[in-house]
Amino acid sequence: MSDVLKYFRQERLPHIWCPGCGHGTVTGALVRAIERLGLDKNKVCVVSGIGCSSRAVGYLDFDTLHTAHGRALAFATGIKLARPDLKVVVMTGDGDCTAIGGNHFIHAARRNIGITTIVMNNEIYGMTSGQYSPMTPKGMVGTTAPYGNVERSFDLCELAKAAGATFVGRSTTYHVPLLIDLIEKALQNDGFSVVESIGQCPTYLGRKNKIGGAVEMLNWIKDQSVNVKAAAALPPEKVKGKFLIGELHNAPAPEYSSEQGELIGRVQRNYSDIKGGLWECASNSD
Amino acid sequence: MPKVVKLMQGSEACTAGALAAGLRFYAGYPITPSTEVAELCAEELPKIGGKFIQMEDEIGSIAACIGASLTGKKVMTATSGPGFSLMQECLGYASLCEIPLVIVNAQRMGPSTGMPTSPAQGDVMQARWGTHGDHPIIALAPGNVRECFDLTLRAFDLSEKYRIPAIVLTDEVISHMREGVELPDPAEVRPLRRAAPSSPAGYKPYAADPDGGVPLMAPFGEGYRWHCTGLFHDESGAPSGKADVADKLLRRLQLKMDKNAPDMWDNVQEGTEDCDIAVVSFGSSAMSALSAVRRARREGVKAGMLRLKTIWPFPEPAIRELASRAKAIVVPEMNLGQLALEVERVAGCRSRVIRVGKVNGELFRPDEIYDVIMGAK
Ligand SMILES: Cc1ncc(C[n+]2csc(CCOP(=O)(O)OP(=O)(O)O)c2C)c(N)n1
Ligand code: SF4
Ligand SMILES: [Mg+2]
Repeated sequence: MSDVLKYFRQERLPHIWCPGCGHGTVTGALVRAIERLGLDKNKVCVVSGIGCSSRAVGYLDFDTLHTAHGRALAFATGIKLARPDLKVVVMTGDGDCTAIGGNHFIHAARRNIGITTIVMNNEIYGMTSGQYSPMTPKGMVGTTAPYGNVERSFDLCELAKAAGATFVGRSTTYHVPLLIDLIEKALQNDGFSVVESIGQCPTYLGRKNKIGGAVEMLNWIKDQSVNVKAAAALPPEKVKGKFLIGELHNAPAPEYSSEQGELIGRVQRNYSDIKGGLWECASNSD
Repeated sequence: MPKVVKLMQGSEACTAGALAAGLRFYAGYPITPSTEVAELCAEELPKIGGKFIQMEDEIGSIAACIGASLTGKKVMTATSGPGFSLMQECLGYASLCEIPLVIVNAQRMGPSTGMPTSPAQGDVMQARWGTHGDHPIIALAPGNVRECFDLTLRAFDLSEKYRIPAIVLTDEVISHMREGVELPDPAEVRPLRRAAPSSPAGYKPYAADPDGGVPLMAPFGEGYRWHCTGLFHDESGAPSGKADVADKLLRRLQLKMDKNAPDMWDNVQEGTEDCDIAVVSFGSSAMSALSAVRRARREGVKAGMLRLKTIWPFPEPAIRELASRAKAIVVPEMNLGQLALEVERVAGCRSRVIRVGKVNGELFRPDEIYDVIMGAK
């Protein structure tokens, strides 16, 4: 068995999550992917926003940053641009990423900045006790949708792709080997990567909608998912109302912080003999 | 060496001051009257290997700055009223997590979009209390173009030294005004750097003297592997919901500002040694105020001027001293009495505090202040 414990701040355990929560599964998948790639712990930085999902970073033994609700990608953008050599990962919830943080999400994708974003989508606001999110399926119940949610939800992967993400995949907390594979690939993509992981919040989504506990929820998630490869061979009615899992988009493009690096090189070559800008600083690569 | 006097704008001087301090990262979103700072940073930073990014909004801007500051860079953003309002949540984050950061806030009229982009000084209280909860903050107010350079440089030094976000509170006039300035010789500028630990072994990111101590800050990416969170945290950086941890943390942060305030205070005085009527002001209002004070002096009134360069932490001793001497303190400001509230609090009943607020988007004329001085004598 691989020694994934070394990626955890074991002294910070036990975690805050409810029994049966899916967030631990995703956290486990991330460290397994990191382990497979043999990444240097000192050069990985994991950033999160606010939510049950975002608490994951506190347990991980990297430089970790638990930020403000919705802002993880903006903080991470500062880190990646300042230190392009670091592997920057964002762990975010569906509310964190698609509601309050939606603008940062599309702009990080548009820039194709080298950040691996793992969206821990439980289709509900878990931390604040079960309000509907932009990912809550139409018709489902939340504490702020007591008669059923009338809003349409996002297809997050389509959104990421349209906004410019260069690697996009979706898996679930039921399909863990696939989840690990996708995160591994996402980490290797030099650009903005999104892995959506659909997972269970038995405490709120499961209970309020009478889906059941963690096991029933995992089966419920499994029944709605279709592998993208299998889907191609299926008649449309078999795919309708289900979501695709697997690698959904892979289109490498120049990464933002390297593009900035190139720009700096170009400016420095052209301006190397110009003295007396605003302030005479020694030129450096600081 | 011959003296070089350059014609410079306030925003230009702020940018030069930031570069002199060692600025290496700027993230911002355009807004008049601060935009020149962004434009100049976009032009200058790549030349020295620094990074510039135009974010999607001001929330993203301050967030990106915090991220970059965590890697050890000196960072800045610039904005004005509406953008400064958007930054408040993350400003609180930086204050709690002790992230060095400089914000140039070129004040314009508000609330809301207001009357773009006339000068105002209505962000005095927002600079102090805009984010929720008790927290330390530094705000410096330049009164001319040269001071835009000096105080931006100073804002970096103080922010790096005490790990408190620092705001350079200019206004539309100070930021856009042009004056001939002679900048210091670069060889003589010695910017401060935040204190860093020497090794990851046993590193506790928030270990500090409870009596207002400043913890050592390790840069991300160097093997310290520490946790930074906006939840209250103990010395190890671990989130905590314990009453004693919260109390200890918030009190240390407050003491960090209170105890070190003398190092942060700076002001300019003229005629205050023997004044009957004192004028307390800052920024562009202080330019008109000074000319009113001088005129009153010429006409035999014992008037004095105290121009604050440090607004927060509030310079209580300077005001207390003034109140012990002057029978009236006139406070002209382009708002309806924000600085005056503090002056009243500190002066108590020792002197009469006269608020002179102006909110029509125009600068004070010296005679408006002169009339109040003459009426108070
Ligand atoms: C600015 C702000 N608004 C609201 C909140 C309250 N809040 C905390 S977590 C959360 C929702 C989190 O949902 P999600 O991102 O889906 O994470 P989950 O808890 O489901 O894992 C909300 C609304 C907050 N902390 N900050
Ligand atoms: S409330 Fe839901 S998301 Fe939060 S820890 Fe519990 S099960 Fe997980
Ligand atoms: Mg959620």
